Order: sequence, then C-alpha cells, then structure tokens
Amino acid sequence: MATVSVASSVESRPQPSAPLVPKVKASGLSFYYGAFRALKELDLVVHENCVTALIGPSGCGKSTFLRCFNRMHDLYPGNRYEGEIRLYPDDINLLAPGVDPIEVRMRLSMVFQKPNPFPKSIFENVAYGLRVRGERSGRTLEGKVEAALRDAALWSEVKDRLHQLAFNLSGGQQQRLCIARALATDPELMLFDEPTSSLDPIATASIEELIADLKKKVTILIVTHNMQQAARVSDFTAYMYLGQLIEFGRTDELFIKPKNKQTEDYITGRFG
Amino acid sequence: MPYARDLKSIRRLIAAHKRWDLVFACCGVLALMVGLLTFIALFVDMAIDGVPRLNWDFFTNFPSRHAAQAGILSAWVGSCLVMLVTAFVAVPLGVGAGLYLEEYAPKNWVTDVIEINVTNLAGVPSIVYGLLALGVFVYQFGFGQSILSAGFTLALLILPVVIVATREAIRSIPVGIREAAYALGATQWQVCKDHIIPYSSAGILTGVIIGMARAIGETAPVITIGALTFIAFLPPSPIKAEPPFLSFEWLTSPFTVMPIQMFNWTSRPEAAFLQNAAAAGFVLVLLTLAMNGFAIWLRYRLRKNIKW
Repeated sequence: MATVSVASSVESRPQPSAPLVPKVKASGLSFYYGAFRALKELDLVVHENCVTALIGPSGCGKSTFLRCFNRMHDLYPGNRYEGEIRLYPDDINLLAPGVDPIEVRMRLSMVFQKPNPFPKSIFENVAYGLRVRGERSGRTLEGKVEAALRDAALWSEVKDRLHQLAFNLSGGQQQRLCIARALATDPELMLFDEPTSSLDPIATASIEELIADLKKKVTILIVTHNMQQAARVSDFTAYMYLGQLIEFGRTDELFIKPKNKQTEDYITGRFG
Repeated sequence: MPYARDLKSIRRLIAAHKRWDLVFACCGVLALMVGLLTFIALFVDMAIDGVPRLNWDFFTNFPSRHAAQAGILSAWVGSCLVMLVTAFVAVPLGVGAGLYLEEYAPKNWVTDVIEINVTNLAGVPSIVYGLLALGVFVYQFGFGQSILSAGFTLALLILPVVIVATREAIRSIPVGIREAAYALGATQWQVCKDHIIPYSSAGILTGVIIGMARAIGETAPVITIGALTFIAFLPPSPIKAEPPFLSFEWLTSPFTVMPIQMFNWTSRPEAAFLQNAAAAGFVLVLLTLAMNGFAIWLRYRLRKNIKW
C-alpha cells in the first residue's frame, strides 16, 4: 500500500532542469559519540537548489549526520568526526580543526524537530541571527525580517503583531517562524531535522509546500522519518541504516526502482 | 485476605485500602500543623506584645535608656544598608559562579567536587561565616567593623543559595532554545547574555530574595564581626547635596541591624524593653514575609511570558 502512494506522488513531478552543481559533499565521514561509532564512512553529495532527504528507521543516524554539517556536535564533549564535509564553491572542509564552528553555523542554518522560538517577540526571533552578525540599523532589520517572514509564508498572519510573544503562535506558525529565523541570514544550506514531526497534518502540508518553494533560493537537506514526505518534497533521497548510507539517488528512482534490497524492504514497509 | 473475585469482596478490599489514604492524610495534616501552628502561635504572641508599641516614633527614634522613647531607626537603616551591600556582592558572584558551572565548566571531577562543596556550604553554621569574616574582612582586608564587612559576610552566607538557584533556573531552559541560538552562529557569551540570563532571571531573583530574607534575620555572624548593640547615630548619607552627589563613607561606618537590636532589648530586665523587642520582631517577620511575597509575585510576573 505504502509503495503505491509514494510512487504516485513521485511520478508526476517534473525533473529539475538546471544542471546539477554540488553544494556540499561528505566523504568518508565517520562520527563517534565517545567510543561509539554512530556514522560509518558516509559519502553524500547535496546539489545546489535541490532538496535532499535523509530517510531511515529511528536510530539509523540521520539526525546525527545532519548535525555534523553545522558542527552541532561540537557543543557537547566527547564527540569526534573523521573524514570531511566540503562546502562549495569555496571548497573548504567544514570539519577541519582550523575551521571555527561558529563560522560554519553562520553560513548554514538549521530548523529543529520541535519548534523552538525564543521567548521573545516575533520580530526579535527573526532578527536574532542578524543581530548576532552585528546588524544595528533598525531599517535594515525591519526589511530583512519582513522578507524572511514573507519567504516563510508567515508575513500575512503576523504582520500586525510583530511585537507580540512568539509563544502565542500555533505550533505550525512557530515552526514557520523558526524557518524565517533560519532564512533571515541568507544561509548557503538549510538543514531541517524532522521539521514536521510535532505538527498536525495541515501544518505539515504548509511546511512541505514551503520547503518546495524555498529550494529556488537555497539548498536544503532534510531529515524525515516519513517516506511520503521525502517523496513529496525531495529531489534526491538517501536511505540510511545503522549509521551507514545504503543507497543514494534521485528520489523517483530510489522509490520506484531501488537498487538495494534493504532500501526496497524499507520503502515497501516490509521493514522499519 | 483471600484474592478478591466477586464484586462484594472487591468493594470490601477497596474500602480497606482507602482506610490507609485516610490515615496518611491525617498524619500529613498533623505534620503540617505542628510547623504552621507553632509559627502562628509565636507570631500572634509577638504581635499581642508588640503591636501596641508600634507607632511612627518607634521607626524614627534611636534606641534609648527609656523604653518608651526607644526606637529602631538605626537598626532598620543599618539592616537596609547591609542588605544593599549583600545584594551587590552576592548577585554578581553567585550568578557568575552559577553561570560558569552550568554553561562553561567542563564536566569532570573537579567540577563535581566544586559542586558538592557549594551545596555543602549552604549547611555551614552561620557563626562559622562570622568567624571567617572577622579574620578575613575585618582584619585582613581592613574593612573594620563596618557595614561593608557585614554586607560581605552575609553575601558569603547566601552565596550558595544564589548559586544553586541560578543553576536550577538555567537548567530549566530547554536544550532546544540553546541549540537554536548556537545554530544561528552565536558565541557562548552571546547565548548567555541574550538567552540564558534573561530567561533564568525569574528563578535567580527568587533565589536572591529568599537568600536575602534569610540574611536579614541573621544575628550570630553580624555580632561576631562586631556590630554595635547600642548606636544612636546614622551612617553618613549616601547622597550629598554637592557634587559628586554620591558618597560611599557609609560603607565604613559602624552599624547595628534589626535582630541585634532585638537581642539587645530582650536581654534587658525591664518588661517595657521586652515589648520593644516584640515590636521589632514583629516588624522583622513582616519584612521577611514581604520579601518572600515579593519573590513569589516576581516569579509569577516574569514567568508569565515563558512557557516550557
């Protein structure tokens, strides 16, 4: 049953027409939580202005993988990376010891599983990334906040209450606010960590629509436990299992004719 | 009792179990009342003795050999000034230490040892702080028997309370909020300054006020460092008419505080002085209750906007 609906949502989609340009490339990436090796020699290319989805059963390491890109693991002691993640066009290794994780986080941005707005006003939430970058001019801030909220399809709902607390928004609106916050600083790559897993179906649909729109502007890497979602929003999909990347390919190919038996078992619902 | 099968025996069994609910509820109420009634009895007794003595002059008169003319002016001014110093010392030190332990310190055994010691400090008898302060602040640092020494001593005394409250408040901030800030490229200090400190301020302030409410009633350490028991003048005013308008002379002035004034009066043989002591005690308890009440109100106000 699952295959039919996944396949049908893939088939009708037009292929991306522009030539593929790599934006980030992970090669030989392993990651350790202390002595535990959570990721094993992963290789993955994320193409510019495409949505790439990471799927797999819970505990397979997809969130761990995602959090390597913006060095979130550096926040906690005992974590270690091996291999590299190169960011293009400047071709630097994001994981190199000489690269400051703060610089990496300024260039990439992240949307989390649970909406996590700051207990501040809607405006201040979106403006925070800009303030961290030293933006002081009120007019510039206002302009960029409005643009980010428009891009996150939230402007019309909040334009009259920008200075009210973000907590007064609904769950779906909060998540779009978090997307606006992540967009405001013009990131080169946006990381989404199961952004709809705590939302209802209507809010989920609006976030998915948003992601499909956003790829015109920004490259997106999204973790999802929901295969239909991967099929609906992504151009490329990677299937992970037990810290390994089992199969990577165009979403339509991966869902309709997976090359790997394990991938097939997972997407047909026989496993997972 | 046999295993209950039919409805009748199930009901009997539930009734038997529910008797224990009742027994425990009675014990709980009893335990609560022992503490509460004792406090109420003491407070009412003190109020009966003291309230007739309360009038405007009682607050504006210096202590005197004549019970009827004696007041608590030097005592309440002294208490307020000492508390001011206590707050100015305890808040930055306590919040700084708590923030460091929670956000910056590496999680290793050194941090664990420090943590255990901070918690233990809260249990050290206050007289020990007094003796320490006598050696360190009064003689070593040469602060003398002054408001400054007393403020530092009481600050030291409530420091563990402030540190623990700060850490608790910081810990209640969800990881997601921290990560959101870090993911935007904030440095550790930006996360602390823009998020951690503002969001934990309610808890920190509550801890500070509860600590201060304890400090204001402390007698032993303040006597140890040499507070006067009879004082008929006020410290120099902190505000001056001529520039630079602010003066810090009061910091080095001799002083007394409310509980010492009370202690002084209770050791007098005349009954009229005991009345004065009851009145001063009444004022002190009201002050403490007011501070605690303010802490609760503040927590309510500041947390209204933060739901997690």
